Amino acid sequence: MLGAAVITFREVIEAGLIVGIVLAASHGVVGRGRVVSAGIALGVLGAALLAAFADQLNAAFVGSGQELFQAAILLAAVVMLAWHNIWMASHGRAMAREMRALGTDVSEGRRPVRMLGMVVGIAVLREGSEVVLFLYGIAAAGGVSGLGILGGGVIGLAGGVLVAALMYRGLLAIPAGRLFAVTGWLITLLAAGMASQAVVFLQQGGYAAILAEPLWDTRWLLAEDSILGRLAHTLVGYTDQPDGLQLLAYGATILAITMLARTVRASHQRAQARLAAESRFG
Amino acid sequence: MSKTLLSFRELPRGLQSAALLSVCLAAFAAFAAWAEDPPGVELRIENHRFTPAEIVVPAHRPVVIHIKNLDATAEEFDSSALKVEKVIAGHGEGSVHLRPLAPGRYPFKGEYHEATAQGVVVAK
Repeated sequence: MLGAAVITFREVIEAGLIVGIVLAASHGVVGRGRVVSAGIALGVLGAALLAAFADQLNAAFVGSGQELFQAAILLAAVVMLAWHNIWMASHGRAMAREMRALGTDVSEGRRPVRMLGMVVGIAVLREGSEVVLFLYGIAAAGGVSGLGILGGGVIGLAGGVLVAALMYRGLLAIPAGRLFAVTGWLITLLAAGMASQAVVFLQQGGYAAILAEPLWDTRWLLAEDSILGRLAHTLVGYTDQPDGLQLLAYGATILAITMLARTVRASHQRAQARLAAESRFG
Repeated sequence: MSKTLLSFRELPRGLQSAALLSVCLAAFAAFAAWAEDPPGVELRIENHRFTPAEIVVPAHRPVVIHIKNLDATAEEFDSSALKVEKVIAGHGEGSVHLRPLAPGRYPFKGEYHEATAQGVVVAK
């Protein structure tokens, strides 16, 4: 039972952190609970399907279908996170003002919270399929009672929920005016880390065999498989032996998101200034 | 139409860099597909153990490990040292491309059966 709890917890930490960040980033949006719940539910469903068809998926692309699939859903998540930040660049300022002035429940419901819901779904899908296969493996091997496996799974899952709650609570301690600036950066780094992870899967599948030699090794400082290392890996994409292509993907993602957000913000401000000028003089 | 969410004409520079990035990535992928297949090593999983438990590979060269799972249940080939994780379904198989390795020992394990499923890649 303990083994089941430990592995389940280890796999759900990442999804838990992402749920916490998404909940904080969508703070004040009507109906976000529903969207995030739907993301989790779809993720669980997808995880079960993925576990059931792992072999077929793999065989579909000369033994590397899994890597292609993982890279594809990670890159999809990167695009959704980027879209969220770019959208926030044009609307976030007004929203923060609104929240300060009128409390937290008035924000418009048009925000791209569905994008974030899908990112949650992807995180749950990725980690969930491994939990399913692992728990199924112990069940098939016998020795542990069904109740023990279930209990372990539930305890591990509760740990994941706790991580999500802590992350969310911690972020909400940030003053409302700065909350979205912080979640914006968290989401940018999350996206960069996912892009770098997608590169690892492409390399592992043999689809990107360039710049693959590790550039440095910071294992002595922080090992990636330690608890702290795993947290850093999820949150900011930390890896103790990054290779050139990973670094390139990481940097390009940060650059693309911040540049696009800046361009959108600038054009939005110009448009607002024009509107203001027109209403004054026109 | 200042309320339009994203008028793409408004962000030519950003879009250009995004387009450039995707072209680069596509070029990388094409290049990778052109590159010839690196040498392969066979690895079997049976009774939740790896055979051979020690794999010797040349250093600084890409290598492919072909993994065959003879057990009925899935196993995750996992190594933080090799930066690899891959689920091999029960009675399934799959390949893992390793990055070029500096000389040294790189342990790997079957994450679902850590007690018995242990092995190491030795780069020489």
